[in-house]
Amino acid sequence: MYEVIKNRLEQGHRTSKYPKEPISLYKRFRGLPRIDSNCDQALVKLCADSCPQDAIDAQSKKIDLGRCVFCGLCETLSGGKFIQFSQNFELGVANKSDLLTGGSLPELAEHSKKHFKKLFGRSLQLRQISAAGCNACEADTNVLNTPFFDLARFGIQFVASPRHADGIHVTGPISRNMKAAVISTFEAVPSPKVVIASGACSISGGPFYGSDEIVGDLDSLIPVDLYIPGCPPHPLTTLHALLNYFK
Amino acid sequence: MDNLLKISNGQRVDRENIPNIPFESFRRELVQFANEGGNIVQFFAYVDNGQSKLLAVLRNEANDALYVTGCDVEGSFSSLTKENEKFHMFEREIAEQYGVKPDGHPWLKMVRYHANYNRKPDAFGNNYNFDIPGNYPYFTVEGETVHEVAVGPVHAGIIEPGHFRFQCVGERVFHLEIQLGYQHRSVETLMQSVPAKRLPIIAETIAGDTTIGHNLCHCQAVEALAGLSVDEGASIVRTIALELERIANHIGDLGALSLDVAFNPPAAYFGRIRGEYLNLTQILGGSRFGRGLVRPGGVTHVMGDEQVKLLSEKLAELTPEVEHVSELIFSAHTVAARFEDTGKVSYENAEKIGLVGYAGRACGLAYDSRVSFPTECYDDLPANKNEKTDGDVCSRATVRREEIMHSTDLINTLLERKVEAEAYRPREYQLAPASFVVTINEGWRGEISHCLLTDDAGNLLRYKVKDPSFHNWTGLALSLRDEGISDFPLCNKSFNLSYCGFDL
Repeated sequence: MYEVIKNRLEQGHRTSKYPKEPISLYKRFRGLPRIDSNCDQALVKLCADSCPQDAIDAQSKKIDLGRCVFCGLCETLSGGKFIQFSQNFELGVANKSDLLTGGSLPELAEHSKKHFKKLFGRSLQLRQISAAGCNACEADTNVLNTPFFDLARFGIQFVASPRHADGIHVTGPISRNMKAAVISTFEAVPSPKVVIASGACSISGGPFYGSDEIVGDLDSLIPVDLYIPGCPPHPLTTLHALLNYFK
Repeated sequence: MDNLLKISNGQRVDRENIPNIPFESFRRELVQFANEGGNIVQFFAYVDNGQSKLLAVLRNEANDALYVTGCDVEGSFSSLTKENEKFHMFEREIAEQYGVKPDGHPWLKMVRYHANYNRKPDAFGNNYNFDIPGNYPYFTVEGETVHEVAVGPVHAGIIEPGHFRFQCVGERVFHLEIQLGYQHRSVETLMQSVPAKRLPIIAETIAGDTTIGHNLCHCQAVEALAGLSVDEGASIVRTIALELERIANHIGDLGALSLDVAFNPPAAYFGRIRGEYLNLTQILGGSRFGRGLVRPGGVTHVMGDEQVKLLSEKLAELTPEVEHVSELIFSAHTVAARFEDTGKVSYENAEKIGLVGYAGRACGLAYDSRVSFPTECYDDLPANKNEKTDGDVCSRATVRREEIMHSTDLINTLLERKVEAEAYRPREYQLAPASFVVTINEGWRGEISHCLLTDDAGNLLRYKVKDPSFHNWTGLALSLRDEGISDFPLCNKSFNLSYCGFDL
């Protein structure tokens, strides 16, 4: 018992003050890209051609955050002259088309369905479905339950049964072998229900786009309400999206 | 040993120098090698100019030499698993990927559920126009009081999908069969067909918790085949990143093990502390999982004075906390009562199935590829030695506790070297034609290996990936024999194997 108390004192109180107080991530973190639309077209084309995810549209000088894995190659190649990743982790959107961006995203809070806020604003129970990703999205979702983030203090919980859930949170590009399980789990959640696509995989197939063994985008199977980009999304990206969309 | 060619980790070999021997000699050689205590690093099929072939990479019993050999194969071959268990999963994979059947295999069933790559008749009689589940029987135990428990693919938590089938008498588990494949994305065929720019991104997502481990295997293989060199500073960053990955995962799992025996405080502390180590990886390269950090020819981010200072200071702050929380777990007799003698895998069984990584070391198989086949900076770094080798949950937890401290020492040693990496520039490269390379790294779960074959034009003919989980899932199944079914979560977490790394 003495050891428990000693450790408790050493650990102290570690829960983040976010969102009441802003939190800043280390300068190397790659969040919302800043795009210079006046950039030389040749440089833009170099970035677009080199992008492993083919996420850059050279014509419109936009980047698709649903495809982007935030590897930072375009920033390196353009020396920051075309794309520079900021430390802004607030990336969630309600409309998929908003993910193709020139460097800004709409305020998520204003695009939420109002009845969701009313229904789930005080209590939201989610069933997580891991569907053929790499387990990084799952790991950084799980982290929200640790004391630093302490998701439960916002009334949001991940539950074991779809019957107890208000919605599903899907990660991964949905393999052919998980398709049936994703649909059954979705159907087992009582209506009205929410669908969240988290990570580049569930939005666009992510690193695995083009594989015959995956569905690629959750939206083609079931209608999605909230998109959380990233590979994987930073826990704060997920936290921000959940709080702004539902609170 | 004319039938085997001795090779080194990460060494380019002309494919024409790899022995291509008659199947009978190939089989005899491999079985003898495995019977004498050698292990299978890679064993897979591929097609070259219309001819199906088998290729094997072997590691000897002393863990100080690697060999490669190959043979031609037609529609079927006489199973090696009949003679030695180490071939079991590899042969099932060969049958599934290339429709080449190992005759007499004692448990020939699908590994992941997908059509084979060369449109041969399916080895298992499945029709892949239909989604899972296919035609695959489970091992069943019959008897009046015997019952079956089926769990998954969707589990009650934020975890990957898989199916577990227990044959029980009351609470006792006779047998556990683990059926995976739900995470199958066809990583290998994807890597063989996509432009080179996509390869590191896919390698990083074979198993996200092993981003650095798998991508190191990939980049080292490309470097060998393309003749790229890596500067010392970049090697230091790579080694530190791999060790941070090990620490973060071990800490997370020790916390989760504590939670599984209902001792909550260490679980809460280690849950947070794991995140601190992920944040250290983020300081190195901008991503908590090390995404975008390792690339062919080096690393994308230089570790300068600022990063060295941040890492050193944070490690100095965290290390005593980790020691204290570990002590809290391991000194609690309620924890010991649950950890000790639970989920035991005997040394004999571990040897038989070729367990790797901490799961193997906890059974007394000392193999650590950082010591045996060192890459990057490992050549001149001290090895870890673990004393507790009872093969139970407690041993697996203890090995991890020791490895956390050992890895911390390694990182501190490397941080003092103060050699900055060269500034990153993306490399254009051409892979050497008609070549072979195998790379091995000790990921946090154990031996990761990538094997690449190129054709006469220097294109990828075969990209073979092996995650340590490919060996170790069988270990988890064995650990449940004659255990209470309620100890499954504890046993499972003590192994914490990768579903996606296995499913590819």
